[in-house]
Amino acid sequence: MISNLPGAAGLKEFGQYAQLLYQALRSSTEFSTYRKNLFQEFVKVGYESIPIIFLVGIFTGAVLTLQTAYQLDTDIYPSTIIGSIVAQSILIELAAVISALVLAGKVGARISTELGTMRVSEQIDALESMGFNSVSFLVVPRILAGLCMFPILYITAGVFGIIGGVTAGALDGILPAAEFMEGARAFFFESDIIFGFIKSIVFGFVITSISCFKGYYAFGGAEGVGTATTQATVLSCIFVLLSDFALAAILL
Amino acid sequence: MIEIKNLTKSFGDNLVWRDVSFEIQDGETTAVIGKSGCGKSVLLKHLNALLYPDEGTVLVDGKCVFELSYSELRKVRQRFGILFQGGALFDSISTFENIAFPLRYFTDQGEEEIEHNVLEALSMVNLEHAAEKSTSALSGGMRKRVGLARAIILKPDYLLYDEPTSGLDPRTSEEINELINEMADSLEITSVVITHDMHSVLEVAERVAFLDEQKLSWFGKTEDMKHSDNKNLIDFISASEYQINSKSA
Repeated sequence: MISNLPGAAGLKEFGQYAQLLYQALRSSTEFSTYRKNLFQEFVKVGYESIPIIFLVGIFTGAVLTLQTAYQLDTDIYPSTIIGSIVAQSILIELAAVISALVLAGKVGARISTELGTMRVSEQIDALESMGFNSVSFLVVPRILAGLCMFPILYITAGVFGIIGGVTAGALDGILPAAEFMEGARAFFFESDIIFGFIKSIVFGFVITSISCFKGYYAFGGAEGVGTATTQATVLSCIFVLLSDFALAAILL
Repeated sequence: MIEIKNLTKSFGDNLVWRDVSFEIQDGETTAVIGKSGCGKSVLLKHLNALLYPDEGTVLVDGKCVFELSYSELRKVRQRFGILFQGGALFDSISTFENIAFPLRYFTDQGEEEIEHNVLEALSMVNLEHAAEKSTSALSGGMRKRVGLARAIILKPDYLLYDEPTSGLDPRTSEEINELINEMADSLEITSVVITHDMHSVLEVAERVAFLDEQKLSWFGKTEDMKHSDNKNLIDFISASEYQINSKSA
């Protein structure tokens, strides 16, 4: 049988995922159904993630500054180059990718657990039986919140990353804040920000859509929800890294 | 009327049941009984197309629910109220909001009217005092009664009960049975009760469908059960702690 062929289960799952996305796209016009949930998701995905993104940004910038200074510990390069390397690395890569990996754990796990619990406790069936479009009610606002909030979180991580870098450089006596910023400005390109934005939008979509898919189709009680959440987090991280590579290959 | 015709369902290689056919008459309460895992709840979820069969049809007032467009199906689904096994209450909102939920989305009722209707539904299930309680603070029996209040809030034509008395003590089970009868009488609702509780069957049902050995093994009036020559049905009844003869005679 075809279903016994290697890879058939993965293919079937991808088909189910594509079908859910198609339903979500078709349901996205039912704004009145998900309006209230959308604003709640903006808060949960965006506002409530700011503390962790602040920490990620600050420490990524700080550690990167210390390590760059350690690796460039010669007189060949001006010290401003540290600011250039740190700022550009943060804006092109780290602010988007490290934030996404952290958010796969925070946002992705929450989404898959919420939807998985709703599935196994028949709350999704209850919604459908009342005449709701459960995809419009539950999936659409979560994916939209990911698409809208991840770019904002990327900028937040970027700003705090540079602040972390400046602070670590100054406190450790590596280079003054003014020199750091001079280096950062010297190699600042708008295209880097646009690239980071595109990445963060893609990551937001990848994480929220995979997590919605795993939660929405969870089965098997508490253990099933646990499995769905683990799979959602792991798959989100894998696809964040894969899409990061693909975007770098295409856009850089 | 709901007509179930030649329904066959399997999950992968596991056949749940084959060629199930019977009718649910308007105004009556029909019980679907059978051992745990025989597919009673699966059958229930076919009535409003929460699940789709491999073969067969379910006609609600002559229309096959599996052939409707999604928007038509949503309208048909609103004619059904379902009491799910665990209540399926939304745990992020209060008891009041759970019941008000369908009213807010599917009616133009103002806040006062919503409050009046919710409190009326709660009083029908004797839970007026629980309106502002969190759903996590409700006992099993209370959750089922709140689920029932939510199921009737849009004044459905059909009420489906999935194991309404499972996990409840005998006194609370008795209350739920009384409520099922009250709903059928006062709201003139057609009901389908999924259960393996024979006491409940004899209290509420006019007709019984017995699922066994992956098929509809017996269907008929409740009072005819004890005269049945279906050995498995008699064994099923006998295995119940309830003494059928003392109640149905």
